[in-house]
Amino acid sequence: MAQASTPTVDLAEEFMERRTPIQRVQSVLHRYPYISPLVVLVFAIVVFTLINSRFLLPGNLSFLTQQAVVIGSLAIAQTLIILTAGIDLSIGAIMVFAQMMMANFAVSTTASNVLPIAGQNPALSILLGIIAAVLAGAVNGFLIVKFNLPPFIVTLGTLSIFGALTLILFKARTIQGPEIPDLLKWLGNTIEIGSFKLMYGVILMLVMFAIFAYILRNTAWGRHIYAVGDDPGAAELSGINTRRVLFSVYMVAGLIMGISAWIYIGRVGSASPNADPLINLDTITAVVIGGTSLFGGRGTMIGTLIGTFIIIVVENGLALAGLDQAYRVLAVGILVILAVAMDQWIRKVKA
Amino acid sequence: MSVTPVLQGSNLVKTFGRVVGLDGANIELYPGEVLAVVGDNGAGKSTMIKCFSGAHSPDEGEMFVNGDSVNFKSTQDARSAGIETVFQTLAVAPALDISENLFLGREVRKQGFLGSVLRMLDKKRMRTEAADHLRNLGIGTVQNITQAVETLSGGQRQAVAVARAATFGSKVIILDEPTAALGVNESARVLQLIKDLRDRGMPVILISHNMPQVFEVADRIHVQRLGKRAAVVTPQSHAMNEVVAIMTGALTVPEADQALGPVRVAA
Repeated sequence: MAQASTPTVDLAEEFMERRTPIQRVQSVLHRYPYISPLVVLVFAIVVFTLINSRFLLPGNLSFLTQQAVVIGSLAIAQTLIILTAGIDLSIGAIMVFAQMMMANFAVSTTASNVLPIAGQNPALSILLGIIAAVLAGAVNGFLIVKFNLPPFIVTLGTLSIFGALTLILFKARTIQGPEIPDLLKWLGNTIEIGSFKLMYGVILMLVMFAIFAYILRNTAWGRHIYAVGDDPGAAELSGINTRRVLFSVYMVAGLIMGISAWIYIGRVGSASPNADPLINLDTITAVVIGGTSLFGGRGTMIGTLIGTFIIIVVENGLALAGLDQAYRVLAVGILVILAVAMDQWIRKVKA
Repeated sequence: MSVTPVLQGSNLVKTFGRVVGLDGANIELYPGEVLAVVGDNGAGKSTMIKCFSGAHSPDEGEMFVNGDSVNFKSTQDARSAGIETVFQTLAVAPALDISENLFLGREVRKQGFLGSVLRMLDKKRMRTEAADHLRNLGIGTVQNITQAVETLSGGQRQAVAVARAATFGSKVIILDEPTAALGVNESARVLQLIKDLRDRGMPVILISHNMPQVFEVADRIHVQRLGKRAAVVTPQSHAMNEVVAIMTGALTVPEADQALGPVRVAA
């Protein structure tokens, strides 16, 4: 093999030179998919501050972080699942189920139709709620992996199932704050930094973001999630046990939903079976706006964190600007479509 | 002549519903040789290879590695038995980079606490090793080892897949149509790679439609027809048109004229 191999390299470099500025932008965005949401977030913050200077007041910023905390932590679970090219519509239902489980175990007089529970140790109650969520996630994972059912359908089913179970098991009763032991509400406590109030739950959410960002980037399991979402057939042939990866992702997502349930009780101060029915869609919106591809295999945790704050900032900023709720919904809708269009464009990149 | 085959399949049967992929196929791969597997479309070449790589499990028949009976339940099983396969549909993850693809499924973790408790991958080491492997294999056209595989050309992706097999295969390397998507120069490089592997004593199974390439590198040619072995010949004993005739059933070769035993003395 005596032929010179240098011309190939030169040719490649020449191609690099030949790229237009737009192609360069495209390839940078391909490498760092969270840049565009970050630009949107910064832009939104600047605009809303110009419109209403109250936007940047510490009080409003504390409120923003608290608004973001439940969507954000649930969006971590949603990110893991969407990275595998799945989707989870049952995220909110499972979170509410776990939350009602925690509260009903911990209160002194039982509110359950079926279970003779109540008066349990608060720590045990939280643990049981989290275990319930992990099992619920495992049910999703089992149905998807074992019977090869599409995640959309499975979680559409479990959305109804866990919603109904919550009502059947725990009556349709909201458990009010005073009945709930302090430990369950502990994450609602705040640290005061000047007049900025940092909620414990927000810290926990940020820690979870950091942990899962680390796991996705730096562990074999994390890299396998990308491989499975990207091309399950190729991942399987590469020797990855794709079923095990998928199942474990849904279980871990359940764990995050359980922790989110605890955060939710802290945030709201009570436990209601009718809490936030639209939170599923909010988490999907946050993930998509954050640059994660619905087709799987691409996306980042930091992007999801940014996406969560984009939703909250737009909502809050438009409210402060005196606009109606409907405009906030409109704006988020436009953002979602832009984000997906952007994703499609970025995927066409050639380096 | 009682050399134990490195890889042997005996009476393999595999059906997909009503479609018969393998109908009692036999195959032997001897130490240090390049065995080409040729056959018409649907002759069961890829099916047989998928049995050896753990992607399918045969309905009937037995497989042996170095004379020991094996039963692969997954590709992971085959890999731990030392069999590496480059599939026709490239088994690479497009969004992951070159080094991650090379180490996909057998990632290297860091030493000590970071690796054992925090499960942190040693990306730096994997990148260095990946770059070394690619260079050793003469695949130097890749500029950046941290480039996502989806940004590579078809030939470069193929090179990554071949490099992975060559890096980790300890007993057998199976290449399913490795040059189908490649240009002339890249094909030549892959053929050279196959010869290099054989010179290092590594047995190779090459599935190909390209007769000139088969005749260039193969020690023996296994002709598959209708899910069975039609004949095994050598590039010396038969000409290209004769091999094609065997493929189509126009020519049958008596067993005495076949090359069923090893023709190459292992180094």
